[in-house]
Amino acid sequence: MPIEIPIPTVTQVIFLVMALFTAACGLMVVISRNLFHSALFLVGALFGVAAIFVLLEAEFLAVGQVLVYIGAIATLIVFAIMLTRGMMRGRTSPMNHVSGRGALGALVFFVALLAFLKKVPWPEQAQAIPVDESLIAGLGDKFVTTYVVAFEAVGLLLMVALIGAVMLARDR
Amino acid sequence: MVPLSWYLILAAFLFTCGLFGALARRNAIAVLMGIELMLNAANINLVAFWRYSGAVTDLAGQVFALFIIAVAAAEAAVGLALIIAVYRKRKTVNVEELDLLAG
Amino acid sequence: MLTQYAFVLIMVGVALSVPILAILANYFLSPHKPDPVKTDVYESGMKTVGDAWVQFRAQYYLIGLVFVLFDVEALFLFPIAVAYDKLAFFATMETILFILMLLAGLIYAWRKDALEWQ
Repeated sequence: MPIEIPIPTVTQVIFLVMALFTAACGLMVVISRNLFHSALFLVGALFGVAAIFVLLEAEFLAVGQVLVYIGAIATLIVFAIMLTRGMMRGRTSPMNHVSGRGALGALVFFVALLAFLKKVPWPEQAQAIPVDESLIAGLGDKFVTTYVVAFEAVGLLLMVALIGAVMLARDR
Repeated sequence: MVPLSWYLILAAFLFTCGLFGALARRNAIAVLMGIELMLNAANINLVAFWRYSGAVTDLAGQVFALFIIAVAAAEAAVGLALIIAVYRKRKTVNVEELDLLAG
Repeated sequence: MLTQYAFVLIMVGVALSVPILAILANYFLSPHKPDPVKTDVYESGMKTVGDAWVQFRAQYYLIGLVFVLFDVEALFLFPIAVAYDKLAFFATMETILFILMLLAGLIYAWRKDALEWQ
């Protein structure tokens, strides 16, 4: 009895390539011995996630991902590595003493998620979305109407984060 | 068209990677990187659910994802500042040696 | 919609192949006779001293910090700017409140000399 292998469409091939890239980078972030290499793989994983956002036709989020995560957060992480370097030199392992239990816990969690995934009939087809700037304008509209409390809370959070981080990181 | 479950599997894998990094790494900055991976996995889920839900113009998933990006930025800024402050005092960022509060 | 990105993909393919082809052609066509002087980090320059890892100053982190927060603010303000002419007056006030809060944070950082290069 011949086994039928479904022929993937172009979008599926692109998704698989990007997903494999993202997953490989994500894995390397946590198992790489050199902390600086971890940071570079993190940039790769974040970029892969941005590509996934493009595939999901959330272009604004993809741009935001590149702007904030890669442009700013990854830069901060690299600065922090530069500022605190030197203490991990000569260590045999980047893992702590509970890494075995951590790996086991993460694996059990992953298997549980997959088991849950198989139980639910997820939709196969995405919805059609309008092709104009109305989505981005819709985002702006949502910020100041439906989600205005969350929006102002984010403003407050950013202010508090800025003040707190400046207080903590300043040389005295 | 890519089925929704593919995105969910990718997000589950990324979240697991981040979870493992947060639990098992020795360096506090690496722990923070694991947390960033987990937040990104959550973002993939939110945007995928938005795309495959009936109400695309409702934009809830995208708005939530943007809020998560903002929270992640604040978290990274304060978290890394804490790590730098700790490093200045203790000359280490190894989470195993930061045990002053351990009973 | 997504098919428009095919052009971007083709662009990426061409852009990647050009330097790769150039480097490969260089590798295969050039004569290969290394000696210690030629393989030095800086050929005919100063000998490098010490480690490439130098201790960074916390100042870099503070500048990066201010940048991150205002990056996020720009990300939030952009959709509001796109929707600006459809928004109510009250919405503009909310946006101004959002900007003022971040401005307060910036003024704090400024007053604490976080932006000063010592």
